[in-house]
Amino acid sequence: MSVQIIRPGLLATIQDLGRYGFQQYGVVVGGAMDSFSLRFANVLVGNEEGEAAIEVTMMGTSLQFEEDTLISITGGNLNPVIDGSPVPLWRPVFVKKDAVLSFAGCKVGCRAYIAVAGGFSIPNVMNSKSTYIRGEIGGFKGRALKEGDVIPLAEENSFSMKAKRALQKKLKHNSFAAADWYVPFERYVNGKVVRVLKGAEFEEFSELAQKQFFEQEFQITPHSDRMGYRLSGPSLQLKRPFELLSEAVANGTIQVPSDGNPIVLLADRQTTGGYPRIGQIATVDLPIMAQMKPGDHIRFKEITLHEAEQLYIEREKEMKQIQTALLLKEWSFE
Amino acid sequence: MMKKKLEEIQMKPLGEAAITVQFGTEINSFINKKVKALATKLQHESFSGFIECTPAFASVTIFFDPFIVKQAYGKIGKSSFQIVQAILERMLETLVEEEESTPRIVDIPVCYGGDFGPDLDFVAGHNHLSTDEVIHLHASAEYPVYMIGFAPGFPYLGGLSEKINAPRRPSPRTSIPAGSVGIAGSQTGVYPISTPGGWQLIGRTPMALFRPDRDLPSLLSAGDIVKFVPITVEEFEQYQERVQ
Repeated sequence: MSVQIIRPGLLATIQDLGRYGFQQYGVVVGGAMDSFSLRFANVLVGNEEGEAAIEVTMMGTSLQFEEDTLISITGGNLNPVIDGSPVPLWRPVFVKKDAVLSFAGCKVGCRAYIAVAGGFSIPNVMNSKSTYIRGEIGGFKGRALKEGDVIPLAEENSFSMKAKRALQKKLKHNSFAAADWYVPFERYVNGKVVRVLKGAEFEEFSELAQKQFFEQEFQITPHSDRMGYRLSGPSLQLKRPFELLSEAVANGTIQVPSDGNPIVLLADRQTTGGYPRIGQIATVDLPIMAQMKPGDHIRFKEITLHEAEQLYIEREKEMKQIQTALLLKEWSFE
Repeated sequence: MMKKKLEEIQMKPLGEAAITVQFGTEINSFINKKVKALATKLQHESFSGFIECTPAFASVTIFFDPFIVKQAYGKIGKSSFQIVQAILERMLETLVEEEESTPRIVDIPVCYGGDFGPDLDFVAGHNHLSTDEVIHLHASAEYPVYMIGFAPGFPYLGGLSEKINAPRRPSPRTSIPAGSVGIAGSQTGVYPISTPGGWQLIGRTPMALFRPDRDLPSLLSAGDIVKFVPITVEEFEQYQERVQ
């Protein structure tokens, strides 16, 4: 079984939850920009939540399934169609042999995740299948997907096979059949406000900058990629300049170079940095940030460490509950 | 033991899923030794929910999963941050700095100047030296590796001679070839992978600093001593052929 890339579109890469344990050697974590959507895409097809999936960016990606395959699409709504018919998101979908899935362009968000039952059969590099393009490692041959790439699929488990058979029975004239239920999780990845904890150097910024940061709007500039987003808006100035020793940064760290324009560090961020950090995005809101595209506007809302932790724990609990519910689900659709 | 020094150590959150232990605010081997000791201890005795740690010049950042920490150690009223903080405080109380061992010396062959070091002339001119003098000064020092960060295998080195400092380029190059040896201010370093960058490039090494297929993906580790050894273009090419 395999998937063939007909057109890569703007950017399509294989990602999982990232490469952990090697930041001490300077190796970037990488992984899905919107890891929540990736986890959920996997859960829907019966995979382990950290299995590798295809991250599609904005538009133009198109791929063909060599055999009957169980898939799911989550994340941003990039108008996915299979052989011309729109496919619904956030649910398992049976896709017929030779069907072509393509993405027409952004409706909401900018990154979609395609999980396939069984996952992709590609080697792990440093415990991860994530593609790190700059380091030329992981994913499919250490690079973004290209026209003609044939990515082999791993064997699906019994849960996936059961779901696949059940959906196949629903198949009519289309070349796919989607479950008639779905999990309404798009609310976790769509939004205009991102909750932020004060960063380690927050107090070093001028009182004006502190106010501006939480009260004014910022725009995502075109100089934005998987490594980080550069924002434009009010220029955030320090009370007085100072030198900082490089230390670790994290997914969602908001740092401000001397020009005053904040940079949000994301999946492919460097491991360490030396710019003052005004904020840190709460983990639960990282998907919202990752789904923003150049030109979009964003606001930061302050939350406390305690609130961020509560949200994190609640989200994980909800994820576990849904996972259990899906495993117990009777796959009968007659 | 370093119990009486505990009050000088700061712990601060880096979001709700990481905590930075800061031993100081300057670059020196005394502080860096504590950084190394804590990072080593965490490798040997981690805790439930521990993901990884990133040692830097004067700090160690510990990444963890708040959900797992809370499940494993959670008592009413205690947050996962407080739990991890308490675990780290206990570790710091019994932290033993490693015995002063002889550091590993790593020779890095460098072909200076020419196409490999397009900014060698600039660095020489900026410091009123000849290019040979720059090469001699750069290759005769010993550089301690303080940390690996920024890019895979990228070493932050101390010990650059003040005589060959040079400001960063006014605008960074969009792509720098892997192996490039550069100077930025009072720092020198080697770019392990091709990346954009603003350092003044004085040479290039054929040696791979990032080795993704090895157990230790970085050639260098914090605590090593780096020495640069000048080689000719022919030797550079021979080295590359040998590796292939």
